[in-house]
Amino acid sequence: MIDVIKPGLLTTLQGAGRPGFAHLGIGRSGAFDEPARQIANALCGNPAGACALEITLSGPRLRVRETTCVALTGAPIPFRIDGIEQPTWTPVPVPAGATIELGTMHSGCRSYLAVRGGFDVAPVLGSRSVDVNASLGPNAGRALSAGDVLPITTADVSKDIRTRTTWWIDARPWFTQNPEQPLRLLPGKHLDALTGSSRESLFSGTFTVHADSNRVGLRLDGPQLECARRLEIVSEGCLPGLLQLPPSGRPIAFGPECPVSGGYPRIGQIAAVDIPRLAQLRPGDAVRFVPCAFEDALHALRERERALDTLTANIAARLAP
Amino acid sequence: MMDFAIEPLAEDALLLRFGDGIDMDISARVHAAARALRSAHLPGIIDIAPAYATLLVRFDWRDGDALPEAITKTLDRGFRQGGELGATASGKSPAQHVEIPVCYGGEYSPDLDAIVQRAGMTPDQVIACHSTATYTVAMLGFAPGFPYLLGLDQALHAPRRAHPRTRVPAGSVAIGGAQTGIYPRELPGGWNLIGRTPLVLFDPKHEPPCLLAPGDRVRFRAIDADEFRQLAERGA
Repeated sequence: MIDVIKPGLLTTLQGAGRPGFAHLGIGRSGAFDEPARQIANALCGNPAGACALEITLSGPRLRVRETTCVALTGAPIPFRIDGIEQPTWTPVPVPAGATIELGTMHSGCRSYLAVRGGFDVAPVLGSRSVDVNASLGPNAGRALSAGDVLPITTADVSKDIRTRTTWWIDARPWFTQNPEQPLRLLPGKHLDALTGSSRESLFSGTFTVHADSNRVGLRLDGPQLECARRLEIVSEGCLPGLLQLPPSGRPIAFGPECPVSGGYPRIGQIAAVDIPRLAQLRPGDAVRFVPCAFEDALHALRERERALDTLTANIAARLAP
Repeated sequence: MMDFAIEPLAEDALLLRFGDGIDMDISARVHAAARALRSAHLPGIIDIAPAYATLLVRFDWRDGDALPEAITKTLDRGFRQGGELGATASGKSPAQHVEIPVCYGGEYSPDLDAIVQRAGMTPDQVIACHSTATYTVAMLGFAPGFPYLLGLDQALHAPRRAHPRTRVPAGSVAIGGAQTGIYPRELPGGWNLIGRTPLVLFDPKHEPPCLLAPGDRVRFRAIDADEFRQLAERGA
């Protein structure tokens, strides 16, 4: 069991999401930075689909009742166990009764804490991912609050989790914060409906993440964009990564808790390979876009998949007794 | 002959477009195509989600290459053979029919007066008008299990409220523009509230989790406050 002493700004259980229910108005949710969640679980010897805690900007304080092992990935965050600073991107043993304290991120927006064996919460509609916006999922479909108790699987308390490893993962390919590196944008259905100058601004301008951003979507301040003519659009299916243009002229980039349908003009779709970078943008961060073809986006996605497969296989080999 | 377009949406998603507006015939084709694709069990497909004029198909991106052709073949077969797709277009449909009891009036209907005045009818006429039509679930969205129902009599069309409510009670039956819908749980909302159903529209512990599915036919049955209470106590 893990006792939540202090919940942090917004800490939620997130797995690989809840696919297959879009026709009932139920979105997929799941970790915003998927590779970071998967790597955290791999470091704990968990299956790829296990859920982790998604931590936003400011972390929780947790007391762990049983001996276990945890791993932290994603945005860098101060990480202490019983007051002693701990490394991230590596498995870390936690003695029974210890307190895990996570601080405040100075860059990036989301970190992932996985625990050996995974969180033993009952899936809702086949998934342990929380959808805060839909009030759906374990923990009553809400973020952690003080006093919550999270069951963890403790059957596998083998010796290896008590000893500290001497290796860690190079975080650089999995957490990059380079404002000069734009997000790749696939063309949206209404990209051509933008005025010429708006289309130019979309790819030459710099946007800023607005404070009113969350797992539903990131609001982007910056060049005002407008369509050349009024579009009559009825609601159509939406996905995370969709860049919509509401009447305000300020685009919204959808996140994992986005609505399953919407009727604003669609100016682009952020390449899947760049969604983890979208996940790590915090209010005030700069965002730029570069046009990308489907072929190139798929190629980049395949490359990342291969790198992630290799990494998780290497981690599994290291953890093998 | 193919009468839909395939629009790439993302590495793992396509949009099948059957038209552009909100239209009963287009909607019927969307639902027929959704059923045809569901029963075809094409490899890699994860979500088949109807909207008014389009069908979202989400799939495992590793299986994406062959999918547009497989989808086209599946739907072409349906349209050409006049099978389920043809049958639905001509009005015969395998959709389920659901009756939804609604208590109109009083505390459940804060916007009934506004609809009455707009329509130039008596409250009883508005209730009769709303509860005699047969509606089609065009899509579910906004929140889990929220049905967008087509088939509202033109006399009852009403714009959304200028000031949306921050809390609309669960079960509220409402009118928004040319549509009517039901709030599955307490939510913020701008539609005009004309009644309330004691039925539970969304329960993740139930299989299926939603009372209504896309393409279903819906009728409302006017009930009084006593029956509302009885149904609500029974857990409806």
